[in-house]
Amino acid sequence: MGVHLPPFQHLVDEHAAELHRFLVASVGPHDAEDCLQETFLSALRAYPRLRHGDNLRAWLYLIAQRKATDLVRRLGRRPVSDLDGVPPERLSVPPQAIGDDGLWMAVRQLPAKQRAAVVHRFVFDLAYREVAVRMGISEVAARQNVSAGLRRLRMEVER
Amino acid sequence: MTDLEQRLAGSPATTVDRGQLATALARRASEARLLDVAFAALDSPLGELTVFVTRRGVVRIAYADEPIDALLDEMAASLSPRILRAPGSTDAARRELEAYFAGERQAFDVPVDWSLIHGFATGVLRATARIPFGRTSSYGQVAMSAGSPRAARAAGNALGSNPIPIVVPCHRVLHADGGLGGYSGGLDRKRFLLRLEGSLPG
Repeated sequence: MGVHLPPFQHLVDEHAAELHRFLVASVGPHDAEDCLQETFLSALRAYPRLRHGDNLRAWLYLIAQRKATDLVRRLGRRPVSDLDGVPPERLSVPPQAIGDDGLWMAVRQLPAKQRAAVVHRFVFDLAYREVAVRMGISEVAARQNVSAGLRRLRMEVER
Repeated sequence: MTDLEQRLAGSPATTVDRGQLATALARRASEARLLDVAFAALDSPLGELTVFVTRRGVVRIAYADEPIDALLDEMAASLSPRILRAPGSTDAARRELEAYFAGERQAFDVPVDWSLIHGFATGVLRATARIPFGRTSSYGQVAMSAGSPRAARAAGNALGSNPIPIVVPCHRVLHADGGLGGYSGGLDRKRFLLRLEGSLPG
């Protein structure tokens, strides 16, 4: 008998809202929805090949983290001339939605693990132990990623 | 907390449009052939029905008595965990059922996926699927059609576990003496369906 995996619809019902929030903080509200769909599609593609059904939440966050990184890279690589026709909110997080344009732009530019750790720690207000569980990493690594991320953000924002 | 940490924590809560997400996800999953089992609910005179469809056809129809979580677990274990609520993919089956309940349709054209039916039950339910609208048969007759004329009781069990009621019309099988026999959805539903088809006096 194979691994017991819950019906995929359960993952969508249980985690769509929190993954959306994670993605809004990671890539901005404009692209979060599409990133969320991409996350679930990738998860659905790989789903039957999973060897166990433990910590599916961390697995989904890891996929979302990758999708966010792909998107940031794609937008970053876009030549400047291509940006002319792009509405401004695509280039940065709209201030009215999130409060601080520059800060959230800097969050988006963080290395993937640092960005995820900072978002889990502060946007979701999680203890390091919980950050570690959600990311499927050790508590020590969670602390290191948060503090490295904060250091980088401070340099960007307080420059 | 430093000022920076406070600013990070101050990001507003977000809301995701679940309906829009579900529609887009189901459509894209289906296009990418990543959707193995689609399901959606439909209102009927017998209460809400949940219809499950695979690429082959209708695989399961459940009355509201069966809790949706248990049903989804059953489908995940026996068919595939790639299951999504997908009204689009179940549309054809749901429209035919609606037409049937409205008295506008006597036979179903949507294909049936027999994957959940095994062994002796296959013969019994395939024989049952051939009983036309407005006609009835007996447990002994369907057992005979399945190749075991003495297995009326086993045929009763097979009919009781019919995963696709209504479309595979197990309600058309009665006792030889005219008694109603059993029905997994309850005898009230069996009576309703037989009256709808004119097999029982209204």
